[in-house]
Amino acid sequence: MAAQNLQSVPAELSPEELAAAEQREADGQANFDRVMADDSRIEPKDWMPDAYRKTLLRQISQHAHSEIIGMQPEANWISRAPSLKRKAILMAKVQDEAGHGLYLYSAAETLGQPRDKMMADLIAGKARYSSIFNYPARTWADMGAIGWLVDGAAICNQVPLCRASYGPYGRAMVRVCKEESFHQRQGFEILLELSHGTPEQKQMAQDAVNRWYAPALMMFGPPDDDSPNSKQSMAWNIKRFSNDELRSRFVGMMVEQVRVLGLTLPDSEIRFNEDTKKWEHGPLDWNEFHEVLAGRGPCNAQRLERRREAHDDGAWVREAAAAYAHKQSMKTKEFAA
Amino acid sequence: MSSPETTAETAHGHGDISTGMAAPSGSGDSNASATRITPGNALRPEDIALEVRTGLVKPTEDAAEYALRLGDDALILAQRLGHWISRAPELEEDVALGNIALDQLGHARSFLTYAGGAWEKSEDDLAYFRREHEFRSAHLFEQPNGDFAVTIARQFVVSYYQFELYRRLTESTDGTLAAIAAKAVKEVDYHRDHSAQWILRLAGGTDESRKRIIHALKLVWPYVGELFEDDALVTRLAEAGAAVVPSSIREDFDRLTGEVLTEAGLEVPEVPAAPGGGRRGQHSEHLGYILAEMQVLAREHPGASW
Repeated sequence: MAAQNLQSVPAELSPEELAAAEQREADGQANFDRVMADDSRIEPKDWMPDAYRKTLLRQISQHAHSEIIGMQPEANWISRAPSLKRKAILMAKVQDEAGHGLYLYSAAETLGQPRDKMMADLIAGKARYSSIFNYPARTWADMGAIGWLVDGAAICNQVPLCRASYGPYGRAMVRVCKEESFHQRQGFEILLELSHGTPEQKQMAQDAVNRWYAPALMMFGPPDDDSPNSKQSMAWNIKRFSNDELRSRFVGMMVEQVRVLGLTLPDSEIRFNEDTKKWEHGPLDWNEFHEVLAGRGPCNAQRLERRREAHDDGAWVREAAAAYAHKQSMKTKEFAA
Repeated sequence: MSSPETTAETAHGHGDISTGMAAPSGSGDSNASATRITPGNALRPEDIALEVRTGLVKPTEDAAEYALRLGDDALILAQRLGHWISRAPELEEDVALGNIALDQLGHARSFLTYAGGAWEKSEDDLAYFRREHEFRSAHLFEQPNGDFAVTIARQFVVSYYQFELYRRLTESTDGTLAAIAAKAVKEVDYHRDHSAQWILRLAGGTDESRKRIIHALKLVWPYVGELFEDDALVTRLAEAGAAVVPSSIREDFDRLTGEVLTEAGLEVPEVPAAPGGGRRGQHSEHLGYILAEMQVLAREHPGASW
């Protein structure tokens, strides 16, 4: 549907048609520029530059993929959750993530890309997802650390996205963020309970925080001077704050919260810089980040294989549903005729 | 997306989503739904626990044994269904099966909490620290997920059975059982709809899906009989108006499942019934593995709270 608005001008147009198409293009660009200047919203049927569409499609689909792959480390603990209440909360959380994936794929579809194609790209290893999900969830405390740190970082990233210039994305993010804030809180509660529990439980919590801290900080993306796409995204009102700015804010929040938890962050260099009024942290291993991104993380192969397996095992079900729907619609037509 | 169980729990005390007050003691709200956010008005396991703790309710030994059966059925099924989350054929089914699992887990928590009131045990004591022969679930619930067709076939039987059971149990003279059933029946109604629709789709979809659902129904049908067996416990409770006699719901179950199967062009499988024994603690080979996985972490840290 949205593809009709693509700038591609079909061949063999009459001079009048060509002129009209050029005029539409010019009007579209003018409208787009006005929307950017007013900081208001672009909707699916509006004209938009190709690069804007591509950037959004990449970002939203990657975000959707992250939700879907991100279900796995936590689903890994549903069957072993140590209390029924925690099991219920964890199930609901992982289920929320499937829901987030659904909203986001739907938002991406408004840009002209079908969900099947996005899923196929993911399974073929052509699409990216947040590399944090390539780390293993080894202990129950990881459910706490993922909620607190990973969802916490995601919220920092995503709250500004509620104001993204592309309407469907911004609106999807509003709902996603509401649920994410519950997720972070449940993660915090898990850690709080563990840190006030037995010495083994507290140790488990500290170990999980130690392992997830640096990967969570790297979720904000490379340092600003190594983030080539950020500037354009900010000009388009998709991104509102730089990677380093968001990372610094996140560190500031975690520093406060970790005290309440009675745990520590594995970073002795965290400090508040009075001059810049920003929180600073120790160096991050960007080499590791790039390695994991390039597919050489602890669980990359496992995560993709699991998604592929679910997709392949479910093929006959999707085919059956499609065939049934087709037969039903034929029946309805016959009845109408 | 959020289930009321969890929403109610996580919302409790935070104030940003919770708009309701604490649930009125002991009252199940028959308008509460699994698929809507129901702040404050749905019966939660925590409410039952509070009533048990404060001595407001205490099940008889018989009622507790009965609640244990229903709770174990739901718990073991939730454990099975939870495995689908992140593995379903479509994202929509990750959500749907997750929701059903969550509903079942909610029912399990309520029944087990109430049952535990007779023996000063919590839901977690009962779920994590009983041994296999102490579980009272019927064999159907512990059957492996198999492919999607097997899961649907199992769910089809379960949801039609549970619906008829809970519908009648809302009339129980035991107020807590009635309240739990009042909440559960609304949720199970959706499970019925979900499984019936999939029975129709799989039967009327492709040759392969039809073959698979026919096979799946054959696999689960031997375990149908056990659900409707009466014994001394349910007979005693039913005489007091507290429980539903299982055999009394067979006719409705057969008729209603039969209607769906007929519409799907399927037949009730003619397979020999398995003897069952779950209500007496005699389980299939599957339960031990389910419990091993479910209980491992809790048992590594006895006495810990989570």
